[in-house]
Amino acid sequence: MKLRQKRLVYILVALAAVGLAVGLVLNALKDNVSLYFTPTQVYNKEVPQERSFRIGGLVEAGSLKREGDGLTVHFVITDLKKSLPVVYKGILPDLFKEGKGVVAEGKMEADGVMHASEVLAKHDENYMPPEAADALKKAKSVQ
Amino acid sequence: MIPELGHFSLIIALFLAMSLGVLPILGAARNSRVLMGVARPLAYGQFVFIALAFGVLAHAFLSNDFSVLYVAQHSNSQLPGQYRFAAIWGGHEGSLLLWALLLSVWAASVATFSRHLPEEMVARVLGVMGLIEAGFLLFMLLTSNPFTRLLPAAADGADLNPLLQDPGLVIHPPMLYMGYVGFSVAYAFAISALLGGKLDATWARWSRPWTTVAWVFMTIGIALGSGWAYYELGWGGWWFWDPVENASFMPWLLGTALIHSLAVTEKRGAFKSWTVLLAIGAFSLSLLGTFLVRSGVLTSVHSFASDPKRGIFILGFLVVVIGASLLLFAWRAPKVGLGGKFDMLSRESLLLSNNVLLSVASASVFVGTLYPLFMDALGYGKLSVGAPYFQAVFVPLMVPMVFMMGLGPLARWKKMAVPDLASRVRWGFASALVIALLLPFLMGKFLSQESSKWSPLIALGLLMSFWIIASLIISLKQRLSGEGDLAQRLRRQSMSFYGMQMAHLGVAVFIIGVTLVKGYETERDVRMNVGDTIVAGGYEFRFNGVTQVPGPNYVAGEGNVTVHRDGRLVAELHPEKRVYNVSGMPLTEASIQPGLFRDLYVSLGEPIPESEGAWAVRIYIKPFVDWIWAGCLMMALGGVLAISDRRYRIHQKATARASAEPIVSNLQGQAS
Repeated sequence: MKLRQKRLVYILVALAAVGLAVGLVLNALKDNVSLYFTPTQVYNKEVPQERSFRIGGLVEAGSLKREGDGLTVHFVITDLKKSLPVVYKGILPDLFKEGKGVVAEGKMEADGVMHASEVLAKHDENYMPPEAADALKKAKSVQ
Repeated sequence: MIPELGHFSLIIALFLAMSLGVLPILGAARNSRVLMGVARPLAYGQFVFIALAFGVLAHAFLSNDFSVLYVAQHSNSQLPGQYRFAAIWGGHEGSLLLWALLLSVWAASVATFSRHLPEEMVARVLGVMGLIEAGFLLFMLLTSNPFTRLLPAAADGADLNPLLQDPGLVIHPPMLYMGYVGFSVAYAFAISALLGGKLDATWARWSRPWTTVAWVFMTIGIALGSGWAYYELGWGGWWFWDPVENASFMPWLLGTALIHSLAVTEKRGAFKSWTVLLAIGAFSLSLLGTFLVRSGVLTSVHSFASDPKRGIFILGFLVVVIGASLLLFAWRAPKVGLGGKFDMLSRESLLLSNNVLLSVASASVFVGTLYPLFMDALGYGKLSVGAPYFQAVFVPLMVPMVFMMGLGPLARWKKMAVPDLASRVRWGFASALVIALLLPFLMGKFLSQESSKWSPLIALGLLMSFWIIASLIISLKQRLSGEGDLAQRLRRQSMSFYGMQMAHLGVAVFIIGVTLVKGYETERDVRMNVGDTIVAGGYEFRFNGVTQVPGPNYVAGEGNVTVHRDGRLVAELHPEKRVYNVSGMPLTEASIQPGLFRDLYVSLGEPIPESEGAWAVRIYIKPFVDWIWAGCLMMALGGVLAISDRRYRIHQKATARASAEPIVSNLQGQAS
C-alpha cells in the first residue's frame, strides 16, 4: 500500500471507532438517564408513565411507617405544596430523617404510590440535595 | 499571631511563584544564564514558604485554635489527634493548601533531580510549574483563605464530618492529590518541549519516570478511595460512578494512555504530537477534577456547600490553562513533527489503538459526568446519569483494549506479519477460552453456592483475564529463550520489562475480582431478632444482639454476629452504628472478615421499633472482592518497578548529550 492509502485506512478506522463510541454513548444515555421531578409536577401529571424518574423534596414529618417485616417503609415526600407517597423495601441511608431533604428514584404504579428502587440522603447533615432544594424553591415561587 | 504568619507565608510564596513563572522562561527565551539560574532557588523558596503555611495550619488544628474559622468549622476538641491532623484536608480551603503544598514538593523534586537536564529545559519546566502554583495560591488568597479569623473565637469547633474520621481518609487525599498534581510535571515537560521546539527521544526519557510516579500515586489514591467507599459507606459497593470518582478516573485513563505513548516516543520516536496532547489532556482533566470537586456544581458524596465565586475562578483558570496550551500546541506542534513510521500491524499500531480506546473511554466518562450539568445549564431540567450508562459504554470499549493489551508485548516494533503473530498466540488464546468457558461451572461449587451459574459476562471477564495471563507467559517464554541458565536469563531482562508484566498481571487480577464479585456475590437485607440465624452462600450468620459501647467521640451500638460454616466458627463480626457526640450524625461502620477468596461483610441498618432488640441487617458475601484492590496495587507496583530501571539512573548525563542529536536527525530523516 502507498503511504496515502495507508493514511486513508488509518483515518477510516479512527472514524469508525469514534462513530462506534458515539453510538454507544448515545444509546446508553437514552436508556439510563433519569429525570428529576418535584412533587408538584407529579401532581400535575407531568411525569412520564412506565419510566423510572427521580423526585426530590423533604420527608414529611410523621409520615414514616414501617411494615411488620421491618424492611418495607412508607413515607411521604413533600415540597410543602404537594406531596407524594413512596414505598421502599430495603435499608434506609443513615441520614434519612423526617423533615430532612431526600431524593428517591423509582416508578409510579397504578396505586398512585411511587415504588422506589433507591433512596438517597446526602452524607452531610447540613447539606441539602440540590434537587430537593430546587423542588422547595419551585413550589414556593408558584404561590 | 501565628495564623497570620501562615497567611504572610502564602503571600510570600505567591510572589516567589510569580517570579518563578516569569523569570526563568524569559531567561530561556533570551538565553540568559542568570535568569535561568534563579529557577531552582525560587522553586525551593516557594516550597519552604508553603510548607511553613501548612505547618501553621497544622499547629492551629493540633492546638485547637478555634479563632481560625476553618479550624472551627472542621475540628473539635474531642476529635482524636490523628484526625485533627487529617482534618487539615477535610474541607475546601485546607485541601487547596495541600494541593499547593504537593505541587511545590513536585517542583522542588524536579529542581533536585534534574542535574542532568539542559539548563533551559529545567528553567522552562519549573517556570510552567511556577505559573500553575501562582494560579492556585492566588485562588486561595482571593477566595478561600484557610487562615481567616473568627472573632470572637468559637468555644468549640463544629467537628469533622464523621465519614472522614477514618484511617483511609488520612492517606487517600494526599495520595490522590500527589497523582493529580504530579501530572503537572508531565504537562510542564510537554509545554517546555513545545516552547523549545525540540521534542525527541531524550525528552521522552526524561519525562517518563515523572509521569509514571504520578500515575502510581494516582492508582494508589483511587484504589484507597474505592476501598474506603467499600467499608465506610456500608453499601458494600466498590465503585459508584459518582461524579467525583469519575473526576479522578478520567485523568487516570488519559494518564495510562500517556505512559504508553511516552514509551513509544522514547523507544521509536513516534507519536510525538499525540504524546504532547495527552500530557496536556491529563493535566487539564486533573484541573477539571479539582473544579468539579471544589465548585460544588455536582451532586456527590464529596460536595461541600460552596461559594459560586470559587467555581468561576477555577473555571476561568481551567479555560486559560487549556486554551493557552492548545494554542501553543496548534502553533508549535508542526515543528515537533509526528515521528517515526510504522506498519499497519506492529507494536506501535497496537499501542496507538489502545491509546485511542483509553482516550475514548475517558471521553465517555466525561460525557456521562458532565451531561447533567450541561442539560441543567441549558434549562432542560435536572437529570442524573446512572451506573448502567457507564457499564454499557465501558465494557464494549475495554474488551478490544484488553485483547490488544495481550498482543502488544508480543508484537514487534515497526512491522509484524499477521500469520506470525497469530501462530504465536494461538495456544494462549485457545487455553484462555477453554478456561473461561469451563471455570464458571466449578466456581459455584468452589464458593459453595446452591447452583453453578454460567453467564456470558462472567465467561467474557474470565476470558479477558486469562488471555492477559496467557500472553504474559508466552512473552516471558519468548524473552527467556536464550543462552545461559535460567537465573542469568531472568537477570538479563530490564526492570521496565518486569514492571510492564507486573502491571498487566494487575489488570488481569483486577478483572478477575470485578467479574467474580459481580457474578457470585450474595446480598441479603433482612430483619433479624436476637438469636436469629440466616444461611447465605454456605455460611450461617447468627445475630446475637446489639450493645452500647462508648467510643472516643461517639457512642456506638455494637452488634455481635457469629458466622459458622459446617458447624465450625469462622468469624465473629462487630458491625457498629455510631452516633457522633458533637454533630449528632449517625454512621454505619461495617464489619468485614477479609479472605483471599471471599469477604464476609455485615453492616447494621436500623433498629426495628416495637420489637425486642431486632435490627435490619445487611449480610453480604463478596467473593474475590479483595482482588480488585490487589490488582490496583500490582499495577502501581509495576509502575515502581518500571521507574527503578537502570537506564533512568546511570550514564544519563552522557547519553543525554551523545544520543540526542543522532536520534533526532535520524528520525527527522525517516519522517520526511
